[in-house]
Amino acid sequence: MRGAAVSMTVLRPKDAREALRLFARRPDALPLAGGTDLMVAWNLGSLNNRVILDLSLLREWSRITRTENGLRLGALVTHAAAERHPLVQRHFGLLVQAAATVGGMQIQERGTIAGNIANASPAADTVPPLAVYDARVHVASAAGRRVVPILEIFAGPKQTTLGPGELIEAIDLPFLEKAPGRQMFRKVGTRAAQAISKIVAAGLLWTAKDGAVTHVRVALGSMAPTPRRLRQLESYLVGRKLAADTVREAAALLAADVAPIDDVRSTAAYRLATSQRLLEWFLTPAN
Amino acid sequence: MPPTSRVLEFTVNRTRRRYAGLPFRRLIDVLREDLRLTGTKEGCGEGECGSCTVLLDGAPVNSCLIPICQVQGRSVRTVESLGRPESLNALQQAFIDTGGAQCGICTPGMLMTATAWIEHGGSADRDAIRRCLAGNLCRCTGYQHIVDAVTKVARRGSRR
Repeated sequence: MRGAAVSMTVLRPKDAREALRLFARRPDALPLAGGTDLMVAWNLGSLNNRVILDLSLLREWSRITRTENGLRLGALVTHAAAERHPLVQRHFGLLVQAAATVGGMQIQERGTIAGNIANASPAADTVPPLAVYDARVHVASAAGRRVVPILEIFAGPKQTTLGPGELIEAIDLPFLEKAPGRQMFRKVGTRAAQAISKIVAAGLLWTAKDGAVTHVRVALGSMAPTPRRLRQLESYLVGRKLAADTVREAAALLAADVAPIDDVRSTAAYRLATSQRLLEWFLTPAN
Repeated sequence: MPPTSRVLEFTVNRTRRRYAGLPFRRLIDVLREDLRLTGTKEGCGEGECGSCTVLLDGAPVNSCLIPICQVQGRSVRTVESLGRPESLNALQQAFIDTGGAQCGICTPGMLMTATAWIEHGGSADRDAIRRCLAGNLCRCTGYQHIVDAVTKVARRGSRR
């Protein structure tokens, strides 16, 4: 069955206050921003008779602004807008690279970064970069506001920790104190463009003059029910030089932080072996 | 409960339109069924194939993924805004000259994505054109001829 427009109720708040008030009254409503996921489900007929909370009129949520120590992306900032923004390009290159791999241009022009988060796909391409940048998600409801570290938004595949009536309002990206010596965004899919990831990886690495790791952050998507930071690998590496055996040891620690499965896109064994190789490649100084 | 039908206003190919129907109908259905602009084709209905691509305020978007309520106050361009059959525009002519149009289902979407590329001053770099067209699938041409067509017009644009 296709989506039946006649069965739908659409709420169109003019500003954030009205949106939060309406959502408090109708917590069963489905928030709609760019629609690149919601409309696919609707076209398949699985959202008939639902109430839609269309957020597209909330101009104040479509801006990218500077904060004291970083950038704030409003919840309606699209992938394309993030890709084109000079300050995002300068400070958060991995997010730009990730946004450019989400669907084609048509999807990037409509789909929002906040929607990529709220949709809570374990394969969301922008989330590993957001995780290594220690992004913080501003969540709002009629009752108040709270700030949540990016990875604490996810409860499972397609499930978030957002409560009834809560909307993502903005995403804060703190500037890095020091430019990383090396960084990585890698997506492994069946096709270079327009594919959903089998594995998606982001990494930032800082080393001292003598080559010892001072700081490292690595995150993977599609490797567990939720996107993950590789805490074991990160803490193992700090203070060590990146000799071949250290790199191998570190990459092997990946298994402690992920739980890949066999699914339509790939297998657990392929995901584990390939992400291990990606990490070895990232951590090896010559690369 | 707020009213579910409210008059919407937007422009399509520079003509102002008023729409008084259901707010959650898809843009592609309003274009094809109400306005009889059947140049825009529906392929997958899932935002994968790009054949329903139109320009919304100049940006390429999938018209199968947009409820008409989100078009309020905005400007839509479809393939009908390009040349007429008796006077094709440069891009349409280039698609024919290079063999970039075959069965024709993907063509209107390809043309609109390429139109945005050309009008925003996109380069004739083949890799960049391929990336730009990544959201438009074609099952006939193998893409080479399509990239040839866009490259040809982009090159002409950069000489102007």
